[in-house]
Amino acid sequence: MPLEALDTLPDGPEKDYLWTLNFGPQHPATHTTLRLILTLDGETVVKAVPDIGFLHSGFEKLGEDLDFNQYVTIVDRMNYISPIANEIAWHHVVEKLMGIDLTPRCKYIRTILAELARISDHLLCTGAQALDLGAFTAFLYGFQQREVIYDIYETISGQRFHPSYTRVGGLLYDVTEEFVRKVRSFVQEFPATHADMCRLLNRNRIFVERTQGIGVLSKELAINLSCTGPIARASGVVRDLRKDEPYLAYGELQNTFKVICATDGDSYTRYLVRMEEMLESLKIIAAAIENLPAGAVNVDVDSKVVFPAQTSVYRTIESMIQHFELVMPNRQWTPPLDEVYGAIESPNGELGFYIVSDGTGVAYRARTRPPSYIHFATFPYLIEGHQLSDVVAVLGSLNIIAAELDR
Amino acid sequence: MPARNVDRTKRIIMPFDTIITALKGRFADLATSEFRDNRRVVVAPAQLFDVLKSLQEEHGFDLLFEMTAADYLKYPNAVDRFGVVYGLLNTVTGERVFVKTVLNEPDLTLPSAFSLWKGADWLEREIYDMYGILFDGHPDLRRILMPEAFAGHPLRKDYPLRGRGERHNFPVITRANS
Amino acid sequence: MALAIPDFMLAKLDPLANWVRANSLWPMPFATACCGIELMATGASKHDIARFGAEVMRFSPRQCDLMIVAGRVVMKMLPVLQRIWMQMPEPKWCISMGACASSGGVFDTYAVVQGVDRFIPVDMYVPGCPPRPEQLIQSILDLQDKIRASGTLQGTEFEQRIEHQGPLPNADVPADVVTAPGDYKKSRRVSLN
Ligand code: SF4
Repeated sequence: MPLEALDTLPDGPEKDYLWTLNFGPQHPATHTTLRLILTLDGETVVKAVPDIGFLHSGFEKLGEDLDFNQYVTIVDRMNYISPIANEIAWHHVVEKLMGIDLTPRCKYIRTILAELARISDHLLCTGAQALDLGAFTAFLYGFQQREVIYDIYETISGQRFHPSYTRVGGLLYDVTEEFVRKVRSFVQEFPATHADMCRLLNRNRIFVERTQGIGVLSKELAINLSCTGPIARASGVVRDLRKDEPYLAYGELQNTFKVICATDGDSYTRYLVRMEEMLESLKIIAAAIENLPAGAVNVDVDSKVVFPAQTSVYRTIESMIQHFELVMPNRQWTPPLDEVYGAIESPNGELGFYIVSDGTGVAYRARTRPPSYIHFATFPYLIEGHQLSDVVAVLGSLNIIAAELDR
Repeated sequence: MPARNVDRTKRIIMPFDTIITALKGRFADLATSEFRDNRRVVVAPAQLFDVLKSLQEEHGFDLLFEMTAADYLKYPNAVDRFGVVYGLLNTVTGERVFVKTVLNEPDLTLPSAFSLWKGADWLEREIYDMYGILFDGHPDLRRILMPEAFAGHPLRKDYPLRGRGERHNFPVITRANS
Repeated sequence: MALAIPDFMLAKLDPLANWVRANSLWPMPFATACCGIELMATGASKHDIARFGAEVMRFSPRQCDLMIVAGRVVMKMLPVLQRIWMQMPEPKWCISMGACASSGGVFDTYAVVQGVDRFIPVDMYVPGCPPRPEQLIQSILDLQDKIRASGTLQGTEFEQRIEHQGPLPNADVPADVVTAPGDYKKSRRVSLN
């Protein structure tokens, strides 16, 4: 990469001592693949130039090739920390495009899954942040609970990592009693782990000193740099789509949770916001699982947007025709000829999709608004003037998911 | 940890129409459209920067939450080749507005929004990388996702999904030379 | 009871070397995407790869002898992968974990390399998207078997495989196409020009 960017440094004979350090793309603290070109003055970072694209796999191009149901298997691979949040976002927008109103049961199940995703994301993020700063135990505790969540995914869909569980107008299958049981036991057991992690980290001298006051993002800068989600909320931007533009069942569960906000905007505050958010998510899950409505998970078959039940496909000609129409590439859905943007509050921030529809079952343009991409752009502003060892502290607190960063 | 639970669903939202009237008073031939809850203003590239600036300064749209482009080469009945969409959000009222503009070859240049929102930096670089649309006044417009030496703009509709063979263009390491 | 250790033992050097090598594989986690998280899960408490002597993940290629390519490798990353592979000391092995690393998986797009075995030698393929941690552990066990069965002290088993083993690059790439990326021999640290 030509580094003209570096030429703009205040150079001259007196700045000759600046040196360049290449950080990544294969570095343990980057978790996956991203690269930073750091200009250092001794150990102080003078300038950081991120270089990304080491995982650019053409997601958006694939979205123009696969239909609305097929593409869900791709969007969850875009976010390997909380895949199901992406599936929910994608179908949320597709349903917005087609004007489908989901059944109450489906809304509740999706809400529970979205919140489980938030917990699993924050567990990995905080755990890995601690891991990078040398605290291995918290990471192991966090992963233990992630395994429980993987188990829940496996119960509902058969895949523990990328469930691909949502479908246009509903879900792949209805959930079983076992799911309810597992979620209930998760709700009961999780607070203990959470308390353990808090005890390990919240007042851990090393952890606090390495994160407090590091990478401060002011409110103005957070807004100017388009930040959303926990990162913006840690800087005092009171915005949460779950409250501001309620979708799924959040409107009905409005009173069960709070939006966690803070004003300091440093790495430690971002950590604290995430830790608190997990508890709020747990409240949502507890309320939703107890009030899980009965009924169908898919919208009415007559709306022609969902697949009929398997038995009726085998037994009645109408269902068979409908199934056939939905899988034939030249039939499928007929959304309006327009473009739509929709977003959900994913664990990382506002995750939106911008779909341009040409009236077929395949999106003409499937743009993702990736929170990681937008948050990583703040990195040069956050790290300037800090020490080299703070790079990992700031990186960890931003929760960069490389697949979403590069798409 | 301070936490707030404000019922912000009941806020007073400045009607979209007043914004439109105010904008229309300043800029002629401004088109608007609406779909679901997305409200769009369609402007010509020449007016784009002024519209964005007026939205930011006079109407409080302080967050650029989305910026993207689309190639309408194969879109049914499309007249223009590229469309660029800016999504603006007012963080106080939670209101959103989309500003859309269209572009045609050979003049693929837009004014950069970097001076209004620093967040536009990478978003513009991505659009340049994927579509080849240039942004005038961007401080550092170079490829961001694709390799520097890459030729072509992958999200254009005339670029094939499987590429033109770039992905096979590497030296092979066998056991003997490793 | 004191252990009676004989003064000397007789053994062939090859099995001795294989025994040592097989039981202390040090993986270099080349984790790029989702599979990397499953690799982490394999290292975490529930699955605990340490039971098989392969938990010493080192992020420096100089210290490793097993590269686990976990996740898709794209155009921009392949020169990095090749460089890291060249930096690892002999004897070394490579596990290609997941559909993407083995074949490109669901990403049959312009940017994704359709299987790392086209460009570096691979010893084990693990199917799945992502493979379960158990599968990865099984592949490590299989690799240990392979080392025990075919390894030699001098590494002569590697020398026989001079030919490129994976599928060959497409022959039908038009000649006038300006293609991108790079050559691991020429790729420099900071700039391309
Ligand atoms: S094989 Fe599947 S899980 Fe692994 S990197 Fe590829 S898409 Fe992700």
